[in-house]
Amino acid sequence: MIKKLMVAAAMMLACTAAQAAEGGYPLDRAPDRSNDMAALQNGAKLFVNYCLNCHAASSMRYNKLHDIGLTDEQITKNLMFTGEKVGDLMTVAMQPKDAKKWFGTTPPDLSVIARAKSQTAGQPGTDYIYAYLRSFYRDTSRPTGWNNLVYPNVSMPHVLWERQGPRELTTVAMHEVEGKGGEPGWERTTTVYDAQGFATVKKEAVEHFHGSESFNATFKASNPALTAQYDNDAADLSAFLTWMAEPVAQFRKALGVWVLLFLGLFLVVAMRLNASYWKHVR
Amino acid sequence: MAGEKHVETTGLLGWVDRRFPATATWKAHLSEYYAPKNFNFWYFFGSLALLVLVIQITTGIFLVMHYKPDAERAFQSVEYIMREVPGGWLIRYMHSTGASMFFVVVYMHMLRGLFYGSYRKPRELVWIFGVAIFLCLMGEAFFGYLLPWGQMSYWGAQVIVNLFSAIPFIGPDLAIFIRGDYVVSDATLNRFFAFHVIAIPLVLVGLVAAHLVALHEVGSNNPDGVEIKQGPKDRFGRPLDGVPFHPYYTVHDIVGVAGFLIVFAAIVFFGPEMGGYFLEYNNFIPADSLKTPPHIAPVWYFTPFYSMLRATTDDFTWVLSGAALLGAIALFFKGNFKGVWRVIVPVILVAVAVLLRVLDAKFWGVVAMGGTVVILFFLPWLDHSPVKSIRYRPDWHKVLYAIFMINFVVLGYVGTQPPSPALNLTSQIGTLYYLAFFLLMPVWSRLGTFKPVPDRVVFHAH
Repeated sequence: MIKKLMVAAAMMLACTAAQAAEGGYPLDRAPDRSNDMAALQNGAKLFVNYCLNCHAASSMRYNKLHDIGLTDEQITKNLMFTGEKVGDLMTVAMQPKDAKKWFGTTPPDLSVIARAKSQTAGQPGTDYIYAYLRSFYRDTSRPTGWNNLVYPNVSMPHVLWERQGPRELTTVAMHEVEGKGGEPGWERTTTVYDAQGFATVKKEAVEHFHGSESFNATFKASNPALTAQYDNDAADLSAFLTWMAEPVAQFRKALGVWVLLFLGLFLVVAMRLNASYWKHVR
Repeated sequence: MAGEKHVETTGLLGWVDRRFPATATWKAHLSEYYAPKNFNFWYFFGSLALLVLVIQITTGIFLVMHYKPDAERAFQSVEYIMREVPGGWLIRYMHSTGASMFFVVVYMHMLRGLFYGSYRKPRELVWIFGVAIFLCLMGEAFFGYLLPWGQMSYWGAQVIVNLFSAIPFIGPDLAIFIRGDYVVSDATLNRFFAFHVIAIPLVLVGLVAAHLVALHEVGSNNPDGVEIKQGPKDRFGRPLDGVPFHPYYTVHDIVGVAGFLIVFAAIVFFGPEMGGYFLEYNNFIPADSLKTPPHIAPVWYFTPFYSMLRATTDDFTWVLSGAALLGAIALFFKGNFKGVWRVIVPVILVAVAVLLRVLDAKFWGVVAMGGTVVILFFLPWLDHSPVKSIRYRPDWHKVLYAIFMINFVVLGYVGTQPPSPALNLTSQIGTLYYLAFFLLMPVWSRLGTFKPVPDRVVFHAH
């Protein structure tokens, strides 16, 4: 009886875990480069060149980059520009007050951003960052001229846009509207943001539609080769941010294997010891 | 030597024993404490709870060496522990995983008590100390959760402290008194730190000692709910169905410890966030008093009770009020209360029914959340079943227990989700079941056909 209850309870938990993966714009899966040193180093280079002007990583020291295979010399020569020491934290000179004036908000510290952006029982923050970096589009209605599908109305401009190349975005949204005579109907809204960010909106009523609300977005790159190269960069950068959020993660898992092996052995010994004591108990 | 106590031990131990009951304590609590020999899987969780307590205290000591209880520096200092303190990440993950595992183990331990009637006479005090430990543990977890100073820490504390402001008359002032400020702030962080590292652990350790002393005074229950002290004894007066706790249960519990540590290490080393349930992802964003997160959920171990708080809407107080009135009528005509209590108890219930509609539903939500924990204190007197163990209860009792467990898990799930009408209805039905399970227990627990209880424990030698 109790065993059955346990199984029932376990199944309930499994269901809740599956349901908890929440909606929003679907995130692409980032390629796993958590153990790829070349990718992490490229990510580090992109990070200090493009992100570390506005975003700090104030829990992160430059010389922590040793863990992804960089030497002090490489770090000072290639990744440090303003005369800090290699043991310094990755802080920025920009004042939060100024940032607020310029962007309307203070750029968040990125030390643990990959963990903060993970979803409960869902996709890791790596996927979020990867999708976010690849979802910018030009939108003249925004103060910075940029918008983002993953983070609508984001304050951050697309600082890496030159690496990605111009793109055109087409979004198609199906939604329910009040049709003629107050009857429910469906409408398809097609919006095209050209490479300069000017939007063309087309609305059309759809009859006999049996489905649910949906939103689809497709990008058209004017330089597909460059954009593919950028996708690779985005994967490296999100891998780096994930590494930076928990530099010990790889070592933690490696150590865990040994700990579990030891505990497995300990369990066997404990069970044998227990059995030898209890064999005389009737 | 004149005036010295006579002891059987010699040497250094003899010297100590003449001055301190070392051997006597060892015998009373371990080597000559006779525990029933038919303990099963569920009996691991008591010793495991003690193990987790030790893990929490030990890792906690090391965390306090590096943590800064300062609103400006708390979040950073946790990351400092994670990155720069040698082994700090391991200590911190053990502590955060330990917090959740403490509740896993304690919930299993309490469920065991529920299954086998371990709270019944003569073990009422064991149970009461245990529920007090559970309350302390909730306090400890709540105060400790503020310390990393992330968004969930901050807003979770804000929501829970605000609950106190729902108490009529004194509420708003009380909430300010608890926070030490108008919002959760540095003052709050410092006092929560004091409670988390000193005040509550002291009480907790004292209660654990009382729990064990009370248990060893009356002896352990077992899956059959049979008193081994009343069963047959050998020529030394030792119960035939008991074995000395040491070495039999010490070696047995080591197996439990090994199994538990495997699960514990698997979480610590391979998934310390446990998918966002043990370490909430929002808590990796530093606390910001100006940005309220769109969805604030307490950590999983609080969510069943949090659900019952959210279930108590204004509409729902009609249902509760009606239930209180029905209870008053039933108790007046059918109740077993003697003399003046026959009138007083129904009158109190009628007063509650009226107040349920007079006072704000928010207040009753707080009462529901607190009351559903406090109700556990009364369990020894709510259960009127003629047998202790679920093994000898009617099958439909087992169904009620099964629904109770599933209900508790569902309430827990609902508590993690943003509110919606369907989930709210679910939590209201769940709350009613939870309350009815305990409050109607004096009625249902004596109904049905009980199975005969054996004279001695059922034990299969291995």
